[in-house]
Amino acid sequence: MSYLHSIGAYFIMIKDTFVKPTKGKVLSDLIFKEIDDLIIGSLGIVAFISFFVGGVVAIQTALNLNNPLIPKSLIGFAARQSVILEFAPTFISIIMAGKVGSFITSSIGTMRVTEQIDALEVMGINSLNYLIFPKIVAMLVYPFVIAIAMFLGIIGAYTAAVYGGFTSNDAFLSGLQEDFIPFQLFYAFFKTFLFAFLLATIPSYHGYFMRGGALEVGKASTTSFVWTSVAIILVNFIVTQLLLS
Amino acid sequence: MIEVKNIRKGFGDVEVLKGFSTTFKPGQTNLIIGQSGSGKTVFLKTMLGLHKPDSGQIIYDGNAYSDLNEEQQRDLREQIGMVFQGSALFDSMTVEENIAFPLKMFTKMKKKERIARANEVIQRVNLENANHKLPSEISGGMQKRVAIARAIVNNPKYLFCDEPNSGLDPNTATVIDNLIREITIEYDITTIINTHDMNSVMEIGDHIVYLQKGHLAWEGTRHEIFKTDNKDVTNFVYSSNLFKMVREAQNAK
Repeated sequence: MSYLHSIGAYFIMIKDTFVKPTKGKVLSDLIFKEIDDLIIGSLGIVAFISFFVGGVVAIQTALNLNNPLIPKSLIGFAARQSVILEFAPTFISIIMAGKVGSFITSSIGTMRVTEQIDALEVMGINSLNYLIFPKIVAMLVYPFVIAIAMFLGIIGAYTAAVYGGFTSNDAFLSGLQEDFIPFQLFYAFFKTFLFAFLLATIPSYHGYFMRGGALEVGKASTTSFVWTSVAIILVNFIVTQLLLS
Repeated sequence: MIEVKNIRKGFGDVEVLKGFSTTFKPGQTNLIIGQSGSGKTVFLKTMLGLHKPDSGQIIYDGNAYSDLNEEQQRDLREQIGMVFQGSALFDSMTVEENIAFPLKMFTKMKKKERIARANEVIQRVNLENANHKLPSEISGGMQKRVAIARAIVNNPKYLFCDEPNSGLDPNTATVIDNLIREITIEYDITTIINTHDMNSVMEIGDHIVYLQKGHLAWEGTRHEIFKTDNKDVTNFVYSSNLFKMVREAQNAK
């Protein structure tokens, strides 16, 4: 029952986030601040992970190509498919659930503990709109992060494969362009938008409705990471079934 | 003026506020006192609209809060200033930004005007050279001043304070008490303070409401509280050794 209650409370929270909007100028300032905190602040770690994981994907593929009948261009092909379809949208989102999600939960949770949310409510401000709406809007820029992750993942794969001596420049590039289906890009970015919404709202829910002190803020951050990851994996499965099966 | 009529509020099976009425007048400091668990904070939050009463009414200058639509409730809340127990300052904003925040949210003032008004209030609460500091960089007493400044910057008609001097040394606590009283008289605000600090009662208790287990057990002025026969009130007042000693000294005379 408590799970059902939480799911209901989550959807009511989302509905209430869009009513009684805060002043436009204030909201736009908050949105830019959130873009800085959530998006720009994550670029470094995303770039680092994408480049090296792309490289590892290429090396792993190359090392498993024992059959001489399989062309070396498969390394580029496999890197492209795994980076665009899964690694960039899904696994970067799970990393972001840890980085951005716990930041959102702990910052909103601390505001709850220190009565800052009560202060907003007493002033007549819709605290849900003030705190969560800018995060949802800021996360609309999230596909931009995933595009960078895709690009750097493939660059990493290229660097590892070509400069590591596993394949030639031409073979890698031909594999990269082989059987390219543009719809797969649509699929990747479509699910990225859904993940962005989950990344903004689930951690906000755990922060906003937490009760207790500093210890509970820590617990809420952990719980938020777990549930955001679970939601991302489930949505990934459903969207893949619906769009690719 | 705020009138409270037969207010009741419970959580689950526990009734916290058990139906009482009182009136808080403007231009005087109204204190709600009582032991921990007596319902003070629930009463304050119910008056603020953070809790919905089960029955009864809170009437702000003739307007029952429960009869107002959402828009009107929001308009009313813009006239309320609140000083929280822990100050509740926005930790990502500087002192000046914290104080100017209600102006930014509810007025059409330009940035220069907002800063000018914020500085007026900063001077009023004797808080200088802290404009650009973050709340974490100033002392507890200064944080309370910032909270008071933020509460009064938009000229509220009603000021609520939840344990405004908790965690402060006696000198600073007295300064904060006096500041609230001066502001109340100066701006003719209806001020309601939730406290269990007997020094505050002595200093600024123009009208005192004593709550016990959700009932209004006694009300009167700071002069009357030391003469009352109500045993619960005297037990509470003289639970402080200092007041006990004063009473014994007076009796000895």
